[in-house]
Amino acid sequence: MTALLSLIVFTPWIGAAVLAALSSAKPGTVRAIALLFSLSTLGLGLFAVANFDPSRVGSQFVERHDWITALNVHYHLGLDGLSLILVLLTGIVTPVALLASWRVERDPRLFAALFLMLQGAALGVFLALDFFHWFVFWELSLVPAFFLIKLWGGPGATRAAYQFVIYTIGGSAFMLLAFAALYAATGTMDFIQLAQLGADGTLAQQLGAVGGWWPKAVFLGALLGLAVKVPLWPFHTWLPPTYAEAPTGASMFLTGVMSKMGVYGFLRILWPIFPTQLHGASGWLLWLALGGVVFGAFAAMRQTDLKRMVAYSSLNHLSYCLLALFAVSAATGQPGTTSVAAIAALSGTILQMFNHGLSAAALFYCVGLLEARSGGLRGLNDFGGVRTAAPIFAGLCGIALFSSLGLPGLNGFVGEFLIFRGVFGLAPWAAAVACLGLLATALFLLTFWQRVFHGPTGKVASSGFQDLSRHEILTLSPLIALMFVLGVWPQFLAGLINPLVTSWASRLVLP
Amino acid sequence: MNALPCTVYVSLVGALLALIAGGRSATAARWIALITATVGWLITLGAAADFVPGPGLQTLVNVAWIPELGVRYHLAADGISLTLLVLTGLAATAGILFSWNIEERVGEFFALFLTLIAGVYGVFLSADIFVFFVFYEIAIVPKYFLIASWGSTNREYGAMKLVLYSFAGSALVLAGVLWAYAANGGQSFALSDLAAAGANFTAGQQIGMFALIFLGFAVLAGMFPFHTWAPTGHVAAPTAASMLLAGVVMKLGAYGCLRVAMPLFPAGLEFWQPTIAWLAIIGIIYAGFVALVQEDFKFVIGYSSVSHMGFVLLGLAAANTQAVSGAVLQMFSHGVIAGLLFAVVGRMVYDRTHTRKFSDLRGIPLHRLLPFAALTFVLGGLASMGMPGFSGFPAELTILIGTWKTSPVWATFAAGGILVAAAFTLRAIQVSFFGTTDHSGPAATAGAHGHEHDYAPITWPERTGAMLLIAATIYIGLKPDVLLEWIVPALQSPLFQTILKGGAS
Amino acid sequence: MINYTAIFHALRPEASLVVGALVVLGLDLWLGRGRTEGQRLRLSSLVGLLAVAAAICASLGAGSSGEVVDGVLILDSLGLATRVGVLGLTGLTLLLAPGTSRVRNPAELVAIILFATSGFTLMAVAQQLLLAFLALELASLSLYILAGFDKSRPASAEAALKYFLLGGVSAAFMLFGFSLLYGLTGSLVLPEIARAIAVNEQSTLLMVALVMILVAFGFKAAAAPFHLWAPDVYQGAPTISAALIASASKLAGFVLFVRLLWSGLLPAAGSVATFDSVPGWLPVVAGLAGLSLFLGNFVALAQSNVRRLLAYSAIAHAGALLLGVMAAGVAGPGPLFYYAATYGLATVGAFGVIAVVEQAGGCQSLSDLAGLHRRSPLLAACLLIFILSLAGIPPLAGFFGKFAVFAAALKVGGLGGPLGWLTLAAIFLSAIGLYYYLLILKQALVLGPAADRGKISVPANAGLALILAAGLIVALGLFPSVVLGLF
Repeated sequence: MTALLSLIVFTPWIGAAVLAALSSAKPGTVRAIALLFSLSTLGLGLFAVANFDPSRVGSQFVERHDWITALNVHYHLGLDGLSLILVLLTGIVTPVALLASWRVERDPRLFAALFLMLQGAALGVFLALDFFHWFVFWELSLVPAFFLIKLWGGPGATRAAYQFVIYTIGGSAFMLLAFAALYAATGTMDFIQLAQLGADGTLAQQLGAVGGWWPKAVFLGALLGLAVKVPLWPFHTWLPPTYAEAPTGASMFLTGVMSKMGVYGFLRILWPIFPTQLHGASGWLLWLALGGVVFGAFAAMRQTDLKRMVAYSSLNHLSYCLLALFAVSAATGQPGTTSVAAIAALSGTILQMFNHGLSAAALFYCVGLLEARSGGLRGLNDFGGVRTAAPIFAGLCGIALFSSLGLPGLNGFVGEFLIFRGVFGLAPWAAAVACLGLLATALFLLTFWQRVFHGPTGKVASSGFQDLSRHEILTLSPLIALMFVLGVWPQFLAGLINPLVTSWASRLVLP
Repeated sequence: MNALPCTVYVSLVGALLALIAGGRSATAARWIALITATVGWLITLGAAADFVPGPGLQTLVNVAWIPELGVRYHLAADGISLTLLVLTGLAATAGILFSWNIEERVGEFFALFLTLIAGVYGVFLSADIFVFFVFYEIAIVPKYFLIASWGSTNREYGAMKLVLYSFAGSALVLAGVLWAYAANGGQSFALSDLAAAGANFTAGQQIGMFALIFLGFAVLAGMFPFHTWAPTGHVAAPTAASMLLAGVVMKLGAYGCLRVAMPLFPAGLEFWQPTIAWLAIIGIIYAGFVALVQEDFKFVIGYSSVSHMGFVLLGLAAANTQAVSGAVLQMFSHGVIAGLLFAVVGRMVYDRTHTRKFSDLRGIPLHRLLPFAALTFVLGGLASMGMPGFSGFPAELTILIGTWKTSPVWATFAAGGILVAAAFTLRAIQVSFFGTTDHSGPAATAGAHGHEHDYAPITWPERTGAMLLIAATIYIGLKPDVLLEWIVPALQSPLFQTILKGGAS
Repeated sequence: MINYTAIFHALRPEASLVVGALVVLGLDLWLGRGRTEGQRLRLSSLVGLLAVAAAICASLGAGSSGEVVDGVLILDSLGLATRVGVLGLTGLTLLLAPGTSRVRNPAELVAIILFATSGFTLMAVAQQLLLAFLALELASLSLYILAGFDKSRPASAEAALKYFLLGGVSAAFMLFGFSLLYGLTGSLVLPEIARAIAVNEQSTLLMVALVMILVAFGFKAAAAPFHLWAPDVYQGAPTISAALIASASKLAGFVLFVRLLWSGLLPAAGSVATFDSVPGWLPVVAGLAGLSLFLGNFVALAQSNVRRLLAYSAIAHAGALLLGVMAAGVAGPGPLFYYAATYGLATVGAFGVIAVVEQAGGCQSLSDLAGLHRRSPLLAACLLIFILSLAGIPPLAGFFGKFAVFAAALKVGGLGGPLGWLTLAAIFLSAIGLYYYLLILKQALVLGPAADRGKISVPANAGLALILAAGLIVALGLFPSVVLGLF
């Protein structure tokens, strides 16, 4: 199993190549092949889980080969608990998103191929440990995403796709510069080596050789690249139109997996490599994260377009992850910092990533279903009384809503609870402000539930509203099932990351 | 390795044969041209195969030519020239493939094209400035006729402008070279001799000589504000000429800067370094923004060339091993990518739609009608944006790393340039090929547009050419080592080390 | 004691030319009756060519044996090369003539060309003021006649008159200058004049003499501001005459003057190597050169008549040649000779092409050349080579000429003085020059022919001449040492 990780990353791409070669395949065949290849990630991920040793802290299944000697680049893949969870998430969300796109009629082959490319790129981001190919995957993920939005998106898709890519590349350009600077200073772009240098302070020293304000600029460059991707408030403006215009399957993947790439970057790159700078900046970064939490929630409340509402809720949920991370960073090296709180916050972050992936994907799918049933309408006030016409749909969508809201017993609760517990221990005032966001989240999700499924009939006659077909139930059920399972048995995931998080929390000292 | 000079001779002989054959059979002329270019390319590849990287030029031919002036016919190569020779071979072969549809005066077209290529090969091989200059000028004249006779929009104006700028640039170079030669007592034009004499020049002399020579070459490399010939010329040129002009001939300028201007006059470089860097940066960003608002498809690519050459010049100006090796890599990369983009725009699209206006293209669902062209352009565009996985990325990364070492401010602006490049390339992709993305299903689209736009399918030469270039850009994108292993040792030669500060690699 | 054998030995080329001219006239009287003008021209040209060939052999036989008759003649490598050069150029001109010229008195044309040529060859070896003046006037008078040879066209007559009047004035200036020199130094032989000037104090009178001579020189070389005759003569004269005026006459004239100035007036040269220039003839020549370069290049931009364009380009080239004259003190006459000779070749070639095109329907305006590549690929290819050589594009001879001259000029004082900056200006102006040369080539090679213009059939002899000229330009370009190594 020396090439397990490569296999995970490249199998979807092989699938894409196969689809590209099958120029005359029938749509049904194409879809089946795509689904099969997308499921490979889940299979291989579970295989990895089975062989994964949670007690070991570092990367496992490591692949490291010489690649570009002139730039000291190695082909370096590795998997730890964090990566593993995100691989699993990708493995779940992608097939579901493909199932959700089963009805795409126009050029299904291209659609599926792009989707598999997207999947492979995301997996590459989660597994690469050298900036060079990490960045390859990071940037290449934009290409299929761009075309998925552009070609299959809504009426404003062209603008949205353009904005999405340009914002992200804008961030990445400066991240690239940051890594150019890091390489200029250290001669390596390997995350592990850079993290070591960052941990013992050598990096800061070497970067400082440039003098002046520049070491900070390097940090800011890397921060910018990641912040746009997550997005961190106020770099989020690309997000609502993009999620709203993207086709349902793409929205599911964007929010379920791609937004996690940013958070992953924060955890894998920014925090380990720049512990001091992050600590120094965490004061105002906390405010930005809070801005995301509160503003995201209130903005969602003001939306009448359901898709935009869910989009803003994503902003809100992901800001929790960053809030926790920044709180940990802010508390680093402070007297009285308990590693218990830090462990809670960090575990919460990781679990929240997974959970949000499930719930947001499910919600986008539900909105997509509403849209499909109503002939393109997705206004908050266009519907009403759907529960009577489509009880199964209402039930499943309700579960997704409540999971997103953080109802105890469902998965969403676990992550948010841990985050709040951790943040409360590290930065109580931030937790208090974030509660505002929590309230607003509850408010708008319940409004969603109430207006659409209860209440008087809107523009769309509820009588003609068909309940879920078997295919749709099949699409939604894995997500819903996992919400329950992880709600009551979060240890399955927590067990994979516990030692990792504990080790992170154990070095809460500044170099 | 020793066969490298044959690239020049083979091209010239091929030019003559194509000219003769063209009178009788166009097909024969085409095949002769293709075979000639391929043979030239294979020679460079063969040389690359048994090339032992090392510092300094490896002499291939060295005989007295004009002893009265101290001129020697001295051809030599190192890793840098080899990189560019391989590029020339590739671009020439692809260019001929993309000119397969030329029907008018075929023999003359390929004769001029091959003469141009011979000149380019010669420049990259020269180790004597006089010889360098001779080949450099040989490359200028065919450009005029290629553009003026076989070009499109505004071709006579574009051709004249391009050639006059080139020639003015070469006049500057000539002035600088003669000055240095005369100041050194008029003994020799050998690079090594003049470099050795460089120590005797006063700083003022060096500054003046460097200014003349560097500026002269930089004009050809498209340095802001002397770049205006490039977009008009490249737009007016026939496809193969655009490919070669933007892809290779602009590199002559950058190569001249690197090979002649910089090592000969270290004091001059030091004095002008900030100026060059800022002009390069302005070029990167300005040309990027201009490309962003163009309404003519080909102008976008034309300006993108200027922007990318800005990176090359910036890398040269940063003057350390990393940055310069990145600049050479970028030369290769841009050569391939510009070729690809011009091929799509000029050959695949324009020859079929007969329009390059975005306003017209927007209404045509090109991605459906010409899927291969769309795919090629998307790949080329991604490569041009500096998307990782393509050759532009390692080049730009290396330049950024090196530039950072010299000046973080320059590097920051350059990163901004990457963003602008992404913006205009993406816009071009989206407006040109994906302007109309119908939502009404494939059947309806075919019905609506099937008859209006009945384009000839993409032919085999186009496919082959595109595949070659795409393969090159991806290969170098994933394995830039191949070239860096040639380039970096070449930069270790004492000649370069005097000007390259830092940059341990 | 005058050694007549030596004189005869030294002047055999001139003798064979004169004899050739007489034979041409005689043969024409004897055989020409009842034949067409074309046939008579062919016969005359053939004889003329034989005479030229004999003269070349004689020149080679005379060799470079040094001074003859107390320094009246000098047989040195420059003289030898110039003789062969002008003879070669005349030969090419003669080879071009049949089939491209329609004249009423073909034998006279050839004879006068031969007379002119004997003047040129004499100029090449003259080292004494009187002989130089005689040779110059022999050549000039013949050229005046040649310019007006086409009696059917008023333009030709006008050109001849203008040429004659201005040439006459310049001859007067020169004679006056020469007589002043003689008066000041008491000698007619150049080296002795130089010695005398070096001993004496520089007087105003000497300066007057210098100015007189340089004005005359300016006229002969068509250097600005004494260039006014050139455009009209190039335009109006029969093409063959124009070719001779533009090529062989220039070569001989420049060689004569480089001798006159450097070996006769060296002590009065002054200096242009630095900006605190010493007065003398060098600064004046520098002024002429600068003016010619600027005026020639810029006015040429505006021309639409191909001959006038060539005339202004000739003025520009005269400027560059003057740089060569100034540099000859340091670098020797090699670069200058190479430049003038190859320039002559290209000009003869260009006029040859014009002459052929002219026979097929006129060739005055640039647009008359349109579509030449269709009408006659050979002519187009040759024209390409000639024009590119004039423009100074490697690997053609014109480039190496320019390069050698500029390199020599820069060696004089680097960029420390007027000559250096003038050279820089010349280099940049050559870039401007490319513009109008490309205008010619655009017509010939890019545009299509006008509807009423058909194919051109090139007479075999003219084709041979053009190919010879083009081949020589390429060969001398690739191996410039063949010529440069002579000095």
